[in-house]
Amino acid sequence: MTTHTPTGDNSLLGETVAMRKIGRLERFLGPENYRVLMGMFKTPASIMGFSLIVFFVIIALAAPVIAPPLNPNDPYKIPRDGFKADPQPMGSPWNRNQPPLPFWWKPIMKTDQWVHIFGTSQGQYDVFYGVIWGTRTAFTTGMIVVISTFLIGVVIGSVSAYYGGVVDNILMRIVDIMLTLPFLLAALILAAVLTPKIGRSLVPSILALITFGWMGYARIVRGDILSTKERDYVMAARVIGVKDSRILFRHILPNAIFPTLVLASLAIGDVVLSFAALSFLGIGTEIGYADWGQVLSFARNWIISLNQYWYIVVWPGLTLVLFVMGWNLLGDALRDVLDPRMRGKT
Amino acid sequence: METNTQNKGETLVEVKNLVKYFPVRAGLLQRVVNQVKAVDDVSFVVKKGETLGLVGESGCGKTTVGRSMLRLIEPTSGSVSFQGKDVLALKGKELKDVRRDMQIIFQDPYASLDPRVPIGESVMEGLHIHRIGTPRERMDIMLETLKKVGLEDYHARRYPHEFSGGQRQRIGIARALALRPSFIICDEPVSALDVSIQSQVLNILKDLQKEFGLTYLFIAHNLSVVEHVSDRVAVMYLGKMVELTTREELYRNPMHPYTQALMSAIPVPNPRLKRQRIVLKGDVPSPLNPPKGCRFHPRCPVAVEKCSQEEPQFLEVSPEHWVACWLAK
Repeated sequence: MTTHTPTGDNSLLGETVAMRKIGRLERFLGPENYRVLMGMFKTPASIMGFSLIVFFVIIALAAPVIAPPLNPNDPYKIPRDGFKADPQPMGSPWNRNQPPLPFWWKPIMKTDQWVHIFGTSQGQYDVFYGVIWGTRTAFTTGMIVVISTFLIGVVIGSVSAYYGGVVDNILMRIVDIMLTLPFLLAALILAAVLTPKIGRSLVPSILALITFGWMGYARIVRGDILSTKERDYVMAARVIGVKDSRILFRHILPNAIFPTLVLASLAIGDVVLSFAALSFLGIGTEIGYADWGQVLSFARNWIISLNQYWYIVVWPGLTLVLFVMGWNLLGDALRDVLDPRMRGKT
Repeated sequence: METNTQNKGETLVEVKNLVKYFPVRAGLLQRVVNQVKAVDDVSFVVKKGETLGLVGESGCGKTTVGRSMLRLIEPTSGSVSFQGKDVLALKGKELKDVRRDMQIIFQDPYASLDPRVPIGESVMEGLHIHRIGTPRERMDIMLETLKKVGLEDYHARRYPHEFSGGQRQRIGIARALALRPSFIICDEPVSALDVSIQSQVLNILKDLQKEFGLTYLFIAHNLSVVEHVSDRVAVMYLGKMVELTTREELYRNPMHPYTQALMSAIPVPNPRLKRQRIVLKGDVPSPLNPPKGCRFHPRCPVAVEKCSQEEPQFLEVSPEHWVACWLAK
């Protein structure tokens, strides 16, 4: 090649431009993870979303310390202070079945008397205990359902887009048909049918939410793969001689999956909400199991006198709202950060 | 380019009767209701060491010809032979081997690089796929190739979005070059770049051709660019080849009325120069339903009765000058 120095090259600038300092955290995490993490703290909304989720993670992890269970082998059973129907007000003392006193109570309140912080619900279930341990249930169900639906959706969407033709047609018609079903009603019926077969636990509701929840992912992944696979860089890889499977996993999926990933992070809140709706209607777990929907369902008979018993709705309801909001804000922030065009702009 | 006289005449690629119809499907059963005749019976040869320009307006099938030759699009019929091998009949290992020798540079530098892969890896991928050398050697080849297109070592770790359009196009050239192919299809490599960068990229292509003895099929719609780079030029209209000759001959003595019209449309820098401009009437007819006879006859200023009846053959009317027109002599 003749001596040909192209213009528009910044090789000369490279020496003179001051290098950005790389901190210890960035070195530890690597540039990519560091950028994603930093992106999480960019806007007030993302900070709030991130803080909310961290807050809930701490509650879920520390549940045995915050509200020690009566029976450590069955911590998800909400302890009952007797069997009276009327809810008891916030701060009323435990009489029967009192679980061990949490360590933080005495230094703050200067008393040995463990009370119902959020009051008790119908049947003397402790609302505070239900809210704290319900956080674990929310994370478990949310994660299981979202990861399962995401994987099913991505596999079906990829197969559909990759093979095209008849396979694509059949799969997408199945998706169409399933999308016509009203989601909550379909999940309700399936969970109700499954419950007597499997027994009362988290499983029927989780299965029902997975069964009717994967179609959105399949649709979006398929569409994104179809548009990505016509891009020039995929053509270039084919010309070079790259195998189809490597093209799919290295060039197509990484570029096509991000809208779906954002959808998934937004969906955790929705799943928990749907799960609570099923529990509220009495589907799924046995009565007295610590999940937010169930705690809310105890308030069903007291709706007309909520001016008196507001605490049996407000505390679990507020928790649920904050949880869903946290995931939504986090999903929004994630969408901004994972967009490759945002790279280098943090 | 003018210096490649020693190899002239030796055929590297031969395209024969290439046809590509895109089916148009409709209805519930997705039956084929019509066909877009994107490329209809195109034949030409590319000689070793030359640059063959391929020009024509948007939608005339230039890109389809290029992509069919690389099997990025499966042609409906015809044959493409490269160094004596029929590319369209190859499968598996043999196809992979021939891919080392035939590469492509794309039009849009913003779409031709994977945004999630550092450019060094993009350039190296072909070496990895074809198991050329050790990882260390591949890295050296990659860095050397980047240097050839005017990029530095430290650029290799950067992502495509950190580069300008001209730099990206050079990266695209480096990727095509990494496998040291003998034939590169340049699919409008400069039409997305601004003029100052165009000449830069064209000069790189020229230098590389000299250094590696490359053969180019240079697809473009800018006649000035084609004149600058080509040894011979082929003109396409609506899926057909209408004229093919050396650059000097084409620009001095265009025979096909369509080529003449194109030539009269090249802008000249002198605003006072009065020229005879041939302005074509109407639009390009739909390739779904191309006109009978000569495809150009509805717009041709000199069409005669015969043109609408019979299709002219693509004939060598004078040495090295092929034209598909009843009036050409």
